[in-house]
Amino acid sequence: MATPTIDSPRSGRVSPGYSRTSSSRGNFEMIAWLFMRLSGAILVVLIFVHLYINLVAGDGITGIDFGFVAGKWADPFWQVWDLTLLWLSMLHGTNGIRVIINDYADKNSTRMWLKGVLYTATVVIVVLGTLVIFTFDPCPVIDGVAHVADYCPAP
Amino acid sequence: MPKTLTPAGTLYRGREGQWSWVAHRITGVVIFFFLLVHVLDTSLVRVSPEAYDAVIASYKNPIMGLGELGLVAAIVFHAFNGIRLILVDFWKKGPKYHRQMLWSVVGLWAVVMIAFSIRHLSHVFGG
Repeated sequence: MATPTIDSPRSGRVSPGYSRTSSSRGNFEMIAWLFMRLSGAILVVLIFVHLYINLVAGDGITGIDFGFVAGKWADPFWQVWDLTLLWLSMLHGTNGIRVIINDYADKNSTRMWLKGVLYTATVVIVVLGTLVIFTFDPCPVIDGVAHVADYCPAP
Repeated sequence: MPKTLTPAGTLYRGREGQWSWVAHRITGVVIFFFLLVHVLDTSLVRVSPEAYDAVIASYKNPIMGLGELGLVAAIVFHAFNGIRLILVDFWKKGPKYHRQMLWSVVGLWAVVMIAFSIRHLSHVFGG
């Protein structure tokens, strides 16, 4: 007797009973699934190096201060590193929370509100972080007082 | 016969598969909320060097030091288990060996965390 062929799960149309929204979202969920794996693989490298440089090497957390950040961001390499880290981790994290909201919030209005708050926070944090990396000044003059450090010009 | 509140059957299987999924979600949420705070504290470099140094000083006290240990523990688990998930999804034999891979994740996590704890706690407690 021939073995019956069973379709892989969710191939073809999903029964309306299992769908919370009637509209089709194209292949957005597949792209999101793929993005989590690709960004995750890159983030493992980005974050492990970030943690090693900041918490393990040298004086670890006790060595972190304004001068430490200035030293790192004087090098475009670490600016790009931190920028990539910021964007990938925020998008990876936001999509993760989006999936969790979709799983646990049953009401349409609850999901909409939670995701509204989530996406607002994401945009604010990503824009803020990007501006901070690119507008960083290692020798700021605040209220006419120049910052004193061995890497800054003498006032 | 009294009506039972417990469902007769459930799709949840427990064991390595379900519990690693639960741990992945919890660690992911913890990391995300720290990430929001971390971008905000780093942004203080644009306020003033003193403002940044003041908030970073709070990361150096022993209680926060233990918090950082917890955070790194969450990140390392999420990272290793994430690699396991990629292997389950893309490697032909991934689903077959998902349990063995979870115990490898836990073992590797323990080794990394023992090494990191020694290093980090000696920084925090002034070793």
